[in-house]
Amino acid sequence: MTMGGGSPRITGKPCRTSLRVYFILLACFPNVFMPAAAAASGNSTTFSNPETVSSGQHQDSNHYYGSTTSASQDERLSVFSLNYYHVQVPFEITLWIVLASLAKVGFHLFHKLSTYVPESCLLIIIGLLVGGIIFGAEVRSPPVMSTDVFFLYLLPPIILDAGYFMPGRLFFENIGTILWYAVIGTIWNIAGISLSLYGICQIQVFQLSDITLLQILVFGSLISAVDPVAVLAVFEEIHVNEQLHILVFGESLLNDAVTVALYHSFKELCQMRTIIAVDIFAAIAQFFVVSIGGVVVGIIYGFVAAFTTRFTQNVRIIEPLFVFLFSYLSYLTAEMFHMSGIMALIACSMSMKRYVEENISMKSSTTIKYFMKMWSSVSETLIFIFLGVSTVTEKHEWNWAFVCFTLLFCLLWRALGVLVLTWIINKFRKLLVTRKDQFIIAYGGLRGAICFSLVFLLPSHVFPRKNLFITATIVIIFFTVFIQGMTIRPLVAFLEVKKSNQQRPTVGEEIHIRLFDHVLAGVVDVCGQWSHHNLRDKARKFDRSYLAKLLIRGKEPKNSIVALYKKLELKHAIEMAESGELSKVSSSASLLGKIPKEVQNISSDELKNMKEILAKSLYRIRQRAPSYNRHSLPRETAENQVKEILIRRHGSLRDSMRSTTRARKSGAVKSRPFPQSQSARIPSRAPKRNTAFTVGEDINSETESLQLRNLSQSIIGSGSRQSPNRMEWTNEVKAEDSRSNSGRDEGGRRQALMPRVRFSQPESQDCESGRNRQGFVEIAPADQIEEDTHEEDHEIDDPLLRKPK
Amino acid sequence: MGASPSLSAREIRNLADSTSFSSEQIEILHRRFLHLTDGKTTMSRNSFDNVPDLDTNPIKSRIVNAFFDGRNLGLRSKERVDEITFENFLTTLSFFQHVEDTHPKEDLEFCKVEKLKFLFRMYDTNGDGKITLEELREIVDELLSKKTTTDLTSSSIADAAMLEAANICMGQTETDEQYDGITFTDFLQIMRDLKIESKMHVRFLQMDTTAMCTQ
Repeated sequence: MTMGGGSPRITGKPCRTSLRVYFILLACFPNVFMPAAAAASGNSTTFSNPETVSSGQHQDSNHYYGSTTSASQDERLSVFSLNYYHVQVPFEITLWIVLASLAKVGFHLFHKLSTYVPESCLLIIIGLLVGGIIFGAEVRSPPVMSTDVFFLYLLPPIILDAGYFMPGRLFFENIGTILWYAVIGTIWNIAGISLSLYGICQIQVFQLSDITLLQILVFGSLISAVDPVAVLAVFEEIHVNEQLHILVFGESLLNDAVTVALYHSFKELCQMRTIIAVDIFAAIAQFFVVSIGGVVVGIIYGFVAAFTTRFTQNVRIIEPLFVFLFSYLSYLTAEMFHMSGIMALIACSMSMKRYVEENISMKSSTTIKYFMKMWSSVSETLIFIFLGVSTVTEKHEWNWAFVCFTLLFCLLWRALGVLVLTWIINKFRKLLVTRKDQFIIAYGGLRGAICFSLVFLLPSHVFPRKNLFITATIVIIFFTVFIQGMTIRPLVAFLEVKKSNQQRPTVGEEIHIRLFDHVLAGVVDVCGQWSHHNLRDKARKFDRSYLAKLLIRGKEPKNSIVALYKKLELKHAIEMAESGELSKVSSSASLLGKIPKEVQNISSDELKNMKEILAKSLYRIRQRAPSYNRHSLPRETAENQVKEILIRRHGSLRDSMRSTTRARKSGAVKSRPFPQSQSARIPSRAPKRNTAFTVGEDINSETESLQLRNLSQSIIGSGSRQSPNRMEWTNEVKAEDSRSNSGRDEGGRRQALMPRVRFSQPESQDCESGRNRQGFVEIAPADQIEEDTHEEDHEIDDPLLRKPK
Repeated sequence: MGASPSLSAREIRNLADSTSFSSEQIEILHRRFLHLTDGKTTMSRNSFDNVPDLDTNPIKSRIVNAFFDGRNLGLRSKERVDEITFENFLTTLSFFQHVEDTHPKEDLEFCKVEKLKFLFRMYDTNGDGKITLEELREIVDELLSKKTTTDLTSSSIADAAMLEAANICMGQTETDEQYDGITFTDFLQIMRDLKIESKMHVRFLQMDTTAMCTQ
């Protein structure tokens, strides 16, 4: 996956020459090393295709420095010995991965190039170079990516990554269309391409008449499938709108079922001597088994994984492992039964995600995300490089007619297919697939490594013209990846296809969407008519009442609104902590998770997490701020404290919203450090009676309103020890009512709303309630914070209750 | 279903003209209307108890109120009526019709605004034209199931949502203003990206499937 990299631009001559040197070294690196090392010991590489002629020249050389030669003499102890054989396999694998990663690094340094040429193309070119060098240097075929390696090791991480981060809602909203394109579209393509190619083969002139119909069908079934890897690689860079993206991408994933089924069926049929009608039916039935079986296998493993994570709260460190292991197992199990491994993997990751994310810790979640992205990125890079390397082989057979017509028919039938299918499916859709979308869908039908591997898998004795197929496949892949991949970006711009607006998800939107869902479901119920909303509602209900109870640890499943809210808060907290700013609020996330009334045990893991976050930031703790001891929450203040924290949160949320919408005025919007001086307290003015502290203006007690006040009028200004950058936010807690106010900095700048200590009101008030309103919760672990640079003013034993003195 | 006073052809035609439903759809909906009202010509609030699936809907009361809301029915005032006729029923349901892309742009825009107004009225229960923090809190309360959250979380979520709205809508204004609530224009701005109005349609069937589907 291409990860957006903010890498510095390389300009200037010395940099460019250094880059060139770098690339040359890159290409030579494996090539120089491997033959040298391979000469020292003699083995064929792991990646060689079993069918390639293994390097016979190395068979007999067997130099071991340590091996005994003849029994007559003793070998002296060798001070320095080389045993490449011992480490060859892992060594070469690692070398390839290093090559791939260095190539990726190289591209992102060389900015200009990657804007015009998609990364996949560049990687193939590098692969071609390396393959060429190996070929030229050793006069033997370079290691070809064996289909086993591809299907078992390189493909699963990419599919897993795709499935885990698939936008579920969008996917299921469009599932009908996606399935329509994937199944019917692929069958249309296969039929069209195969039959027209067969017609071409019948023409004597082209010397192709020895290819039977069944062989053509096998070839057609492997060449028609849109490849998810290639689609992902290209579409990730062009950022079309989500609906279009999900259509193309979903189609590329789900057509695997059709491909696998038909490919295997036709291949088997090829090898049979006679074909009877039962076989045809068996082939059709096999399609259903392949697809539905794959999905079932995936779902089973997904639920097993979710169930397992329910019990892992004490061994958090291996939680990510379960996600990966079970997904991989589902893939392997499906492959074992000749079912669609891709569909199993997608089903597994999608079904697992929702429950696993609830059960595992934040760290595990981050780990999973990063590892997945890393592995899929490496996989994708390796695939493309190998594609390049494997092209340089002696096994090509060129036939102008076959290759050209294959290419022509692939494009033609895809375009026709998309047109016809869209015309039909638009009758059933409300959000129509426009002409532009259709063009992009047709144009985005890239072929990639899957068909390449499948063509290598063909048995030679059944397919005498296998090399021809290989050549044709490679040409198709290169054409689609290079030509279509390179031109799709300018085409998207030219056609003004709607792009995605990558915005942060907001809580408000989530609320609106949920409300809207319910409204729609309700109205549909009132009308008494069935619609797919019923299905979605029923699925949600089922999920909530049965699945969630079974698979999620903890009492109740979280609502999506709450989940999103907490996620945003947590993300904010971490961002703030990382930026070195105030991070008091960071613990609010953990607070949120625990309903204040119940004092739950915090796992040491999370405690350590918090400690780290706190330790990172050199915030100056307000001295009078009560240090919050999460293990002993006094009940009466719990509510208010959490509220305070949340309100702080809102300030930063506002900040981030502001920064994204660029409505920022001057002034940093990030959180403000708290005043250092320990005695910086806000003298309480004569506020309203029931409020601890108002920021100046009158509070409208009738309406609940957020008041954005200019703090210049606030009392803060009067505080002499006030640091000028303070931001205020007061929370007025009435007896029964609670409102939130936000304050502004006195400089008139909009600033993040940081909570400030709310002081108890004048002592005339009820002291209890006064203390109750103190909200400045300082989240500190029970033990001392390490960076106790600030003056300690904590005379008060009860950490939560502080009285300003 | 009881004795069903069916509509005359002329009535159907009138209704079809005014609400742009087709005649078959009107007939089917009329049958549904009668089913819900047990044969009476007007519908009251407890007619909606005949819809079993609606009970599990967390915002059932809002939906029911939407049918009785004067503003949705085209009345001037914002008070609630107690009984609605079939025509009122159809009027409310017409907010959920699908608007073809073939209509002229102004019509499309008008329909979109109308649909969003319907949604807005769902939020704004007291009808003052603004979604205040309290109203938002109520909504969040309803949307979240009571078991999992406390009032605290829901109110803080509402606060956060209001803050976001304030940020979006007040981003360019003075610092000194008081943000009372989300007005309709703000609402439009917030909803602009979500494109909810394009999903706000129910497929009103041409054929009667009520016999086939279980209620």
